[in-house]
Amino acid sequence: MTPLTGYLLVAALLFAIGLAGALTRRNAILVLIGIELMLNAANLNLIAFWRYSPHPEALTGMMFAIFSIAVAAAEAAVGLGLVISIHRHTHTTDLDQMNRMKG
Amino acid sequence: MSLAFYLIAGLSVAGALAAVLLKNTVHCALALTVAFAGLALLFLQLDAQFAGFAQILVYIGAVAILVVFAILLTRGSETPRHIYSRNPLIGLVIAAAIFAVFGWAILNSTSSLPNQSAKPTVTVMDIGNALMGRYILPLEIVALLLTAALIGAVIVAMHEKDGAQ
Repeated sequence: MTPLTGYLLVAALLFAIGLAGALTRRNAILVLIGIELMLNAANLNLIAFWRYSPHPEALTGMMFAIFSIAVAAAEAAVGLGLVISIHRHTHTTDLDQMNRMKG
Repeated sequence: MSLAFYLIAGLSVAGALAAVLLKNTVHCALALTVAFAGLALLFLQLDAQFAGFAQILVYIGAVAILVVFAILLTRGSETPRHIYSRNPLIGLVIAAAIFAVFGWAILNSTSSLPNQSAKPTVTVMDIGNALMGRYILPLEIVALLLTAALIGAVIVAMHEKDGAQ
């Protein structure tokens, strides 16, 4: 097993764990945690491909990962703000009880 | 594959599993921090120092703290009776199927990338030069995005006065 294969397998496992969490948990915050895990797994892939690429000094994968971290931070801030706002209206973070479009 | 890789990979996978499986929401957030730290160590293992420390600063320093604040503001620390959705089996089957496809693709592909053992000599100065030179436009767009997201998050979560629309 090459090192790249090992890192890609770990990233795939983390992605699957995050996806399982996002699909099965009821709490909206834990769904966001699952999404963060999936984004991190993608970042690990980008960094691993950058490290074992023929031209790491071109910095392409590294830049992609850095911008991905910034976008994920923005996503987390807006997502958690939305959860807090929804909790103020409905007094719940249970996704099964959020079944109305009207606030 | 070195022993350090297996230890760090095991740590991050265990943290991720705990973050998804634990009952108490606060414990989930703390386990998520462990998973983020493990990922930062994996980045350092891959000779990506800047990305590793950015991961620690952004994820452990900001995102994990935001998650803890959101849990406390929504009283999510009270453990509810049901923590999984009505049909958790469907989600598990989808996740397992996707992992099977990924694993099959990874193990059956022959990488065209040269498996070089030489460390890439990339310093933080190179990254700064690239960000200020070739990647200046994406950098500006990300700056705009972060500003918009910050203002948007504050406006969305801001407490509305009673009766005011």
